Amino acid sequence: MEATTEDRWQKVVYDTLKKNGVTIFSYVPDAGHRMAIDLSLADPDVHSVALTTEEEGVALAAGAHLGGAKSALLMQSSGLGNCINFFSMITGGKFPFLTILSMRGDYGEGNPWQMGMGKAVRPILDAMGFVTVEITQKDEVERAIDAACTMAFQSGEAVAVLLTQKLIGAKKF
Amino acid sequence: MPLDRNHAVPALVGNPADFLMIAGLAGTAYELASITNDGDNLYALGGAMGAALSMGLGLALAQPKRRVLVATGDGELLMNVSTLATVGALQPPNLSILCVDNGHYGETGYQKSHTSLGVDLERMAIGAGIGSTMTIEREDQLAAGARMLRESNGTSFVLVKVSTVDAPKDKLSLDGGANRVRFRQALLRAAR
Repeated sequence: MEATTEDRWQKVVYDTLKKNGVTIFSYVPDAGHRMAIDLSLADPDVHSVALTTEEEGVALAAGAHLGGAKSALLMQSSGLGNCINFFSMITGGKFPFLTILSMRGDYGEGNPWQMGMGKAVRPILDAMGFVTVEITQKDEVERAIDAACTMAFQSGEAVAVLLTQKLIGAKKF
Repeated sequence: MPLDRNHAVPALVGNPADFLMIAGLAGTAYELASITNDGDNLYALGGAMGAALSMGLGLALAQPKRRVLVATGDGELLMNVSTLATVGALQPPNLSILCVDNGHYGETGYQKSHTSLGVDLERMAIGAGIGSTMTIEREDQLAAGARMLRESNGTSFVLVKVSTVDAPKDKLSLDGGANRVRFRQALLRAAR
């Protein structure tokens, strides 16, 4: 998988998750996760799980934890709204949980349909008891994903990493 | 005369020690807690309706050497019926699905579910690509269903049609955190 200069940070996301022991990658596709999805599909050492809806990835992570495996859910921020009820299982049962959100409806968004969920992301994460880690710079990616993995898999927290539009750029309309 | 779940489900599960088990909320959670005496190889949901099958998929991927049984009701499965597609795309050979279909939402007063209105969940499982499926409506089919759940080489889906009789409600612990620790201690000797 050849990484261009623009998306080399996407490879860092994948490599850092893998370095931290993640073996189950689940996702609903988004451009911000293109590289991680392709790398997981090509990697014989991990499971790459295409979801029909993001909430499946929440329950999948809980099941993986019961079986002793670490999982990461990759999604666009709009998918966060699909997950809310299942987050109650994560926080109620104190399951370690890690999700990486590529933001829409954020800095520089040009599609008004994205703004409603974009503005709701942080209040939803706060309401559901998540630790939130924001990434705005490419050179922060490895350290931030490391920190998120530690809080999720060692401290047992529900952690969301936001790949902000300052990092990934806003889609042009 | 439809089957009574209190007879049919224990007959299909057989020895519960053969499985790691996830149960969907309400009927099947009570039922498997009763069958296992709220055992440590069971994680039963008390909420998160629609989560049982994807939770079982995660467990099956993490534990490829163990057979995972997801037992859930028609209403619970219908809430995220597209998870059949997620499972069908992967076909984990160690995942067995038992759908206890009473055609109703028993927990909320036995309102009709879609399976009482013409929806066939076995055909939806077939459409999702799950290769081993069957629908059980009679006593003499139970032994074949039990075999499919524990011996199938691919993901299996067994739908059992039952009457609107309650499952026993005496055993289920609803503490999701304690049950998580209990399950992991038994399976992994994990401390937390």
